[in-house]
Amino acid sequence: MKYVAEYRDGTLAREIAARIRQEARPTRDYHLMEFCGGHTHAIFRYGIPDLLPDNVKMIHGPGCPVCVLPISRLDIAIELALRHDVILCSYGDMMRVPGSRKRSLLKARAEGADVRMVYSCMDALALAQDNPEREVVFFAIGFETTTPPTALVIRQAQQLGLTNFTVFCNHVLTPAAISSILDSPDADELGLSIDGFVGPAHVSTVIGSQPYERFARDYNKPIVIAGFEPLDLLQSILMLIRQLNDGRAEVENEFSRAVTRQGNERAIRVVDEVFEVCDTFEWRGLGWVPHSALKIRSAFSQFDAQIRFSVEYRSSAENAACECGAILHGVKSPRDCTLFGEACTPENPLGPCMVSSEGACAAYYSYGRHQVSLIETTSVE
Amino acid sequence: MTKPSEYSHALDLQHGRVEMAHGGGGKAMAQLIDELFLAAFSNPWLAQMNDQACFTLPAGQVVMATDSHVISPLFFPGGDIGALSVHGTVNDVAMSGAVPKFLSAGFILEEGFPLADLQRIVIAMAQAAEAAGVAIVTGDTKVVERGKGDGCFINTTGIGVVPQGLNLSANRVQPGDKILLSGSLGDHGVAIMSLREGLSFETTIESDSQALHELVAAMVTEVPEINCMRDPTRGGLAATLNEIAQSSQVGISIKEATIPIKPQVSAACEFLGLDPLYVANEGKLVAFCPADKAAQLLAIMRQHPQGQEAAIIGEVTADPLKFVQMETVFGGRRMVDWVAAEPLPRIC
Repeated sequence: MKYVAEYRDGTLAREIAARIRQEARPTRDYHLMEFCGGHTHAIFRYGIPDLLPDNVKMIHGPGCPVCVLPISRLDIAIELALRHDVILCSYGDMMRVPGSRKRSLLKARAEGADVRMVYSCMDALALAQDNPEREVVFFAIGFETTTPPTALVIRQAQQLGLTNFTVFCNHVLTPAAISSILDSPDADELGLSIDGFVGPAHVSTVIGSQPYERFARDYNKPIVIAGFEPLDLLQSILMLIRQLNDGRAEVENEFSRAVTRQGNERAIRVVDEVFEVCDTFEWRGLGWVPHSALKIRSAFSQFDAQIRFSVEYRSSAENAACECGAILHGVKSPRDCTLFGEACTPENPLGPCMVSSEGACAAYYSYGRHQVSLIETTSVE
Repeated sequence: MTKPSEYSHALDLQHGRVEMAHGGGGKAMAQLIDELFLAAFSNPWLAQMNDQACFTLPAGQVVMATDSHVISPLFFPGGDIGALSVHGTVNDVAMSGAVPKFLSAGFILEEGFPLADLQRIVIAMAQAAEAAGVAIVTGDTKVVERGKGDGCFINTTGIGVVPQGLNLSANRVQPGDKILLSGSLGDHGVAIMSLREGLSFETTIESDSQALHELVAAMVTEVPEINCMRDPTRGGLAATLNEIAQSSQVGISIKEATIPIKPQVSAACEFLGLDPLYVANEGKLVAFCPADKAAQLLAIMRQHPQGQEAAIIGEVTADPLKFVQMETVFGGRRMVDWVAAEPLPRIC
């Protein structure tokens, strides 16, 4: 396929991998965090860990929108669907995530709730137009990539004068999450040292590379924005190793075919018109993070499901044994979790990192389980 | 219809719709069967008008398979539910190496379903059955109230006879066996999903829905040592390989670079966030055979129009963990796991 196959060229990949092995200094470790779940997925799908030397370690970040949403947010969505008799529209990934008491949107649907899987928020808007007698709620989740479309449908709903369409807003902000990881006291305690970041691909097409500059400047961490193709990843890992070897900490843009410094100014404008930053937001794994999410501005409050249905936010308890929190924080690996692969599998997920294909646990389980077995069989022998 | 009609009005196959009475056992049902099903499926067994078909089978092991079809939409590029319901069951029978002989057809129709659509489906079934050399010898029609079904569901059951000397089964695969795939992956699932999502590409992606019994016959005649064959339908190649690894207690190793995938299917999968390994096929097969027969089998497959793109995609390994692994185009390895959830509901 034109312009995709080129980014998956095996020969070129082996060449870059050879350079990584050549340039990574054996005297040190390179702890690199890929922020996005999309990168985590690509790393495992293409078998990239096999190509890296042992001292280049990838740490999986919290950039999976399904994974970072706390149980309480899901509980609200389930309650909206079950109690308020709405048509609740959700992206497919959210359907199987377990909420409190192992409830999920899929189970709510089996109990009679009207839950619809949509591929786009436009589908939810169309449902509202087609069902004027029903309340339609769009369960909006995601980082900056999915925010502009949500902003557009809210604006469109206003232009159309729709009175039966609302959005349950859970849009979160990438730079706030990176700050939270870098500022976290646990990171030091647990000996987590991140040497550099593989920066987000699609998020950066919207916000640009400029918002990451302060991490390079203030925290002395190199960041390379990378596309989601496997060659993008390998190239960005090589670029990070070179920065670290040179003692540089800069924002570099490997994904220059899609990302500019300023980002997509029109998208940023429409987001700003509809949303404002809220004081604080609870994340799974990161806890309450100030200024880390968006809420709908008062000018559009008639489209805010939390206002329409007077939903109150209550924190819910997470499964105590589930390590998704620490995994999202980069301080633990899925293999450190006692539930991984035993009580918690993609068929019967206990935590969100096992549900979404972008979650680190699902990626480890689905693509990397043979490596666990190799390690185990070798150690037994 | 040449015979004088016993009914006051002929079925209105242009504007008529399915009514509750069409499944009620009365005259309306008899008329639907007469003017639609019997007319299309015409064969001596149906003509006897019994509640069962009575037939004699040639000597050999008899195989039987059943499949219900609930696909949405009913009509799609490259086929429709009618043809699919014949191909699906014919292929399930044929994967044992058997020659498919007879089919049954059970229809569950929704009140209000256009008779014109039903006729189109029934004619497609009749043509598919004729092409596959099978007769539809018994059937059933039920009608459910409007809103209780989704137009038309079809169940088919097939019977076939296995030629002497063949023994194909999912539990007979051995470490060292080579794995052959008859052609490109993902065409059916992507055709359906593109239609549902309103995606259009420069070239329309057509379903690969087809009966594979002739390809199978050519393969087993020349290489009767084939240990197992299966058509990778729901869950795609990934599900099929995992099922066989489980049944035969072996591991499987495939090479990504050898797997044929059409460029437009690969592009659509990118769009839809699908992995072609997990997407349904309705006209492809995977065969497992001893390594020393693989080259001969590949040559036979490639000579057949349904196997021109056939490839050896990997081999069976001894692995107590029964993992299916793939060498990626990069030279890295990854698992090819079972699907956890149904990514594409109502694909067949």
